[in-house]
Amino acid sequence: MSTSTPSPSGTRLSPHLRQLESESIGILREVVAEFHNPVMLYSIGKDSGVMLHLALKAFHPAKPPFPLLHIDTGWKFRAMIEHRDQICARYGVKLLVHTNPDGLARGINPITCGSQLHTQVMKTEALKQALDKWQFDAAFGGARRDEEKSRAKERIFSFRSAGHVWDPRNQRPELWNLYNTRISQGETIRVFPLSNWTELDIWQYTRAQNIPVVPLYFAAARPVIERDGQLIMRDDERMALKPGEREQVRMVRFRSLGCYPLSAAIESQAATIDEVIAEMLATRTSERSGRLIDTDEAASMEKKKRDGYF
Amino acid sequence: MTDTSDSAAAGAAERKELLRFLTCGSVDDGKSTLIGRLLYDTQLVLDDQLAALERDSRKHGTTGEDLDLALLVDGLQAEREQGITIDVAYRFFATPRRSFIVADTPGHEQYTRNMATGASNSQAAVILIDARKGVLTQTRRHSYICALLGIKHVVLAVNKIDLVDFSGERFHRIVADYLGFAEPLKLRSITSIPLSARFGDNVIRRSERTGWYEGPTLIEHLEALDVSEELAGKPLRFPVQWVNRPDLDFRGFAGTVASGVVRPGDRVVVAESGRESRVERIVTADGDLSEARAGDAVTLTLTDEVDVARGDVLAHADARPEVVDQFAADVLWMSEEPMLPGRSYLMRIGTRYVPARITSLKHKTDVNTLEHIAAKTLGLNEIGSCNLSTATPVAFDPYAENRATGAFVLIDRFTNATAGAGMISFGLRRATNIHRQALLVDKSARVRLNGHRPAILWFTGLSGSGKSTIANIVERELHALGAHTYMLDGDNVRHGLNRDLGFTDADRVENIRRVGEVAKLFVDAGAIVLCSFISPFRAERRMVRELVAAQEFIEVFVDTSLEECKRRDPKGLYARALEGKIKNFTGIDSPYEPPEEPEIVLGRSPLAPEEEARRVLEALKARQIIG
Ligand SMILES: Nc1nc2c(ncn2[C@@H]2O[C@H](COP(=O)(O)OP(=O)(O)OP(=O)(O)O)[C@@H](O)[C@H]2O)c(=O)[nH]1
Ligand SMILES: [Mg+2]
Repeated sequence: MSTSTPSPSGTRLSPHLRQLESESIGILREVVAEFHNPVMLYSIGKDSGVMLHLALKAFHPAKPPFPLLHIDTGWKFRAMIEHRDQICARYGVKLLVHTNPDGLARGINPITCGSQLHTQVMKTEALKQALDKWQFDAAFGGARRDEEKSRAKERIFSFRSAGHVWDPRNQRPELWNLYNTRISQGETIRVFPLSNWTELDIWQYTRAQNIPVVPLYFAAARPVIERDGQLIMRDDERMALKPGEREQVRMVRFRSLGCYPLSAAIESQAATIDEVIAEMLATRTSERSGRLIDTDEAASMEKKKRDGYF
Repeated sequence: MTDTSDSAAAGAAERKELLRFLTCGSVDDGKSTLIGRLLYDTQLVLDDQLAALERDSRKHGTTGEDLDLALLVDGLQAEREQGITIDVAYRFFATPRRSFIVADTPGHEQYTRNMATGASNSQAAVILIDARKGVLTQTRRHSYICALLGIKHVVLAVNKIDLVDFSGERFHRIVADYLGFAEPLKLRSITSIPLSARFGDNVIRRSERTGWYEGPTLIEHLEALDVSEELAGKPLRFPVQWVNRPDLDFRGFAGTVASGVVRPGDRVVVAESGRESRVERIVTADGDLSEARAGDAVTLTLTDEVDVARGDVLAHADARPEVVDQFAADVLWMSEEPMLPGRSYLMRIGTRYVPARITSLKHKTDVNTLEHIAAKTLGLNEIGSCNLSTATPVAFDPYAENRATGAFVLIDRFTNATAGAGMISFGLRRATNIHRQALLVDKSARVRLNGHRPAILWFTGLSGSGKSTIANIVERELHALGAHTYMLDGDNVRHGLNRDLGFTDADRVENIRRVGEVAKLFVDAGAIVLCSFISPFRAERRMVRELVAAQEFIEVFVDTSLEECKRRDPKGLYARALEGKIKNFTGIDSPYEPPEEPEIVLGRSPLAPEEEARRVLEALKARQIIG
């Protein structure tokens, strides 16, 4: 493990990545210039890593003038929480953590309650609570348009009326880079600086800029169980084995990280970032196929977003 | 945590350039299908997505047993149900030679603004035509909007060629037809390709069924297209986005170079103020740079402590942008609420927000014939040529010369909706060359002589609410106190100054604008001006308020209820309006927007007009307008 700061590697970036980097930095600055109380949603994954890295660049030599917010469902991989705390200490950024207290009290969990209810209560509701609690008027998210069909329709500055409602028909036309940042009392904006990045861009940039990521993205021998045709890593004792299930050690890694019972691992030998990129170029499945929450129902992403999901 | 430092060993960074383009054209011409085809044939549709597409095609598909590739792109539920595109989708794909961002835009006329959105960031347009139908109104509209938004390269994709037996004759006829129309649009290149999005002919795979066609496939053409606009070769424009001031020792101006190149040591000016300095450093997190070019997001420091704020534009001293408060522009209207000349909007240009008005709508353009038509307003999706004026001068370049500094959007000041998009043609010489005459006797001199302060007393309320009656008594009392007064009354003004105006929304706005300007002159002369106007719209009252200093505008809301006004009906107008004999009558078939924070409210309790007038006078004393 090294503690080097990002290497001065602007020259190593392809013109394409440089363009993406500049565009994202412009978006980050725009929000800080126009909003009173912005926050950056930090989910610990590779996209969040790139987004935070861009924020460190955008405001240099100042620190990013906003805190990070982690919505903790209580079911993240332990390695993620460890990574989160190390990163915040390393860069000296302020971290806020929020967990939905009602959800905790009701014992909502992804295993017996189902992914839909768990996501609704512990992520979507929790996020709205946190935004209200700290009165944030703008929130950065690391979503990308290439993740999903309805995301491809999303604005960079996505408008939410009071109560955090997203109405796809009531979004502002977004011409040139002339973002309309005006909102009234109670309204908020979600901002997606990585809109135009693809999964491959994220990895190539992470490599070029030497950005730290959670080790779970790289293949290692890990104990997993097979459930409903997916490989799940039992990260702690709360996940009970069902009859016939047996823990076995396999070489696996994760393409996308979330709550551990909802994030399927893939079998892989890719233990370095170069191998991960090579594997991704050859793969025939999408990033989100390992997320158990998107297949809940048709058009589920659009529906979740209407409810206030990021 | 794991550092990704094995990157040092990684292969050379990719050198690929990025091309942004859009697909547009008439409804159902196959735009979304074409993008689906591009994704599919460049292997970007993965197994799980393919499985989902098969399910979707069975449920929503328009192609019988086959995959409906449009469903890869039409991601909103409403789109899938109706089989149309509503909102822009941005999709990404790459070939070994280039990366692409493509905007799939809707063909429906109703969603034209979404098409314009996609065009604003594109370098090239693929305009689809259904080979069976040929050039349609939407083909023309979209071509015109593309040209207006500065797109120089068009691919004419004659699609569904499979449905016309791969007929070369048909293809050539459509192409000739289109070229005839597109002539005046001054596009730099038009490349016509016969293709079938559904079956893939000439998209990525060269088709054997169009043996008569010898040109490139769509992807070959897009890979080779030279769109370099050389923004870096243009004069330096650096709109200051954010002032970075972490401590007393550092003051940097963060922004993205809009055009040109900047280097340490360059002599620069703040375009708006003319103040000069030199670039000291170009700061980035990766170390200082020896130059920054168009598109680079950097932070500049200057050698002097000059006044620079967000919204200012830095330029080289010898190649400055124009700075004006009046200019001509093409405006595309994007709001359901029509554009009203005279109304105040918020303009966003570069990193600056500034109040702005359309001073005149010269004409709108018929997209079918490109003819100019006289008009008083612009409706949703209409395009017009306008003159605009801004509250303070702004720096700009003509859009044709610089897309980055010649574009603006107009924002509705109440809903905050993005209501219009504009492209500046030129500054108006009127504004550029007429410098204000400096006067020897100024307002404060007049105030000293008069012994009271000037103000606009703006009486607003329904017809018959008592505005004029109360205003008259107030004026009589002020006069008796020795104050200089003048009365501007709705009915009287309409006999003279505003004789040419009617009661449409547009005319009402212009009516108030003129009255506001006249009232401002009286305020400048030191007088207390009493204005009695129904003035039903907040936007216009706000416009007048902004013409004078904050303490000089006093909004008097005569809040007599509609029932009471109808009962009084002193001029018999309500009776006639209710019979439908008067159109656009406020309170009956035209709205009244009550003030949100009026300085004075009258009429809510049954007081005699003399009593109401006395309350106004007291308020004037409290505000130290009169002694
Ligand atoms: N035979 C044939 N059918 C096609 C071709 N391209 C598209 N279609 C069909 O035309 C219909 C409309 O296609 P879309 O791609 O949805 O059209 P669009 O231009 O995106 O429509 P809007 O976005 O709603 O304006 C679908 O049923 C397609 O399958 C083609 O090349 N040949
Ligand atoms: Mg479509």
